[in-house]
Amino acid sequence: MTLRAVRVLKVFVFVAALGPVAWLVWAALTGHLSPNPLSDVTNETGVWTLRFICITLAITPLRRLTGWNSLIRFRRMTGLFAFFYGSLHFLTYAIADRFAGLDFPDGIVALSTVRNLARSVGEDIYKRPFITIGFTAWLTMVPLALTSTAGMIRRLGGRRWNQLHRLVYATGILGVIHYWWLVKADISRPRIYALVVALLLGFRAYRYLDERRGHRKPAVARPPESKQIQPVR
Amino acid sequence: MFIKRPSDIRSSEITDKKLYLNRRQFIQAAGATAAAAAGLGSAMLEAATPAPHGRKLENISKSPLSTTEKPNPWDHITTYNNYYEFGIDKDLPSQYARNLKTDNWTVTVDGECNKKASWHVEDILKGEILEERIYRHRCVEGWSMVIPWVGIPLANFIKRCEPTSKAKYIQFTTAYEPKQMPGVRSNVLRWPYVEGLRMDEAMHPLTVLVVGLYDEVLPNQNGAPIRVVMPWKYGFKHAKSIVQIKFTEKQPLNSWQDQAPSEYGFYANVNPQVDHPRWSQATERRIGEFLRRKTLMFNGYQDQVQSLYAGMDLRKNY
Repeated sequence: MTLRAVRVLKVFVFVAALGPVAWLVWAALTGHLSPNPLSDVTNETGVWTLRFICITLAITPLRRLTGWNSLIRFRRMTGLFAFFYGSLHFLTYAIADRFAGLDFPDGIVALSTVRNLARSVGEDIYKRPFITIGFTAWLTMVPLALTSTAGMIRRLGGRRWNQLHRLVYATGILGVIHYWWLVKADISRPRIYALVVALLLGFRAYRYLDERRGHRKPAVARPPESKQIQPVR
Repeated sequence: MFIKRPSDIRSSEITDKKLYLNRRQFIQAAGATAAAAAGLGSAMLEAATPAPHGRKLENISKSPLSTTEKPNPWDHITTYNNYYEFGIDKDLPSQYARNLKTDNWTVTVDGECNKKASWHVEDILKGEILEERIYRHRCVEGWSMVIPWVGIPLANFIKRCEPTSKAKYIQFTTAYEPKQMPGVRSNVLRWPYVEGLRMDEAMHPLTVLVVGLYDEVLPNQNGAPIRVVMPWKYGFKHAKSIVQIKFTEKQPLNSWQDQAPSEYGFYANVNPQVDHPRWSQATERRIGEFLRRKTLMFNGYQDQVQSLYAGMDLRKNY
């Protein structure tokens, strides 16, 4: 695929990836959500986080299976969108679930509100296992988002960068556990994500074992093409 | 004593059935068109349809047991439902419950009582005064509404069944109609849905057999044609579309307790101090509000019901 085609496609993917949040904002403003819109926003942003994690995890297997290597050029974007939706999800929870449940002894705009919110979020993460897991899943994405630039790949070196970014496997597993744990009884939806994540990680495990037997060479990340000509120190 | 009687006319005799069904189809089609026009994927949140308005109920008296809080609107109450027989999402009952046939509904009374019989809903209501009961409704999931139910005290009906001294509990079995209920294909709960109460809870003046909402016939998604409501307990105790009432000596195994005994007990009294194992019950979101409210002990009905549980460990009997 030419660089130009990739650029155009990237714009499309970017706009498409904003679709869910755009839809949520539109639906919330026009009354197309359920009578409990805050719960809808929490659920939808959570599910879209998991979907983007799955999409991101699917890129390497797809490349290997189809040989369509240009797919790698979209991985950073989908990964960052997973982080974006994950952050929205966490923010919605902090506002709708924690902030909305606070007492406001000094009024809403007060230092005590900030303090109480921090305590309330902290206590909840500590006390409720599925929140602990969900928060940890979000935390695992933070270093990945921070090191997602070409500069960071260079600075860390491909091999170390690769090792760090295997954290996304943990994100996937923790995300699925978080979802599985919070549903009241019907596990049919979390089960789908569990299967997808298991399949995508299973593919890697299989390749890894193959490499150890010496059948293949492991891949190492490289900075994007345009910057590649610069000498690596 | 003069007893006001509800109308003896069945709903099926009022509107020509063909016309009635056509109207439903029209509303369905209109809903589908609107959803399609709105386009944009997530049909999931799009498709909720408030219940069409049904027959007006006559001669409803007000009750001193009603709250003065403002009831949630019809659309909230008829599009945000937990009725797993019609699917696990809250908007699914509003889409599928219309297929439930509630004409000529009978409730079988069985077990430890003298008057075992099959009762038509009309006969259960015969001679009774319909009462409006505006109650707070608290779901175990942490949300609440205020709902203007219409019904009769369950105690009145129980007395007519003449339970024997062996009757310690009452068990409600609810409708299981695989052809009309798409949700029962999932084995999320063991069907049919079963709930139960201790006899003194069932006889409590707050406990009502509900047949209406907002002075109209109860919409299907809210448990038509007949359900039970006891406002100091979490919503899942309120058995919907009841087909059997059985008086028993042993405590019934209610469906949610059967599904997850560590999370849902037999009593399920609203209690802000006893958390669900996975989430807090200290606050709740009143549907339509942003800030969460403090959940009240026994959902605010403490004065009326706490004597029922004197000396009981409410942490153990959750």
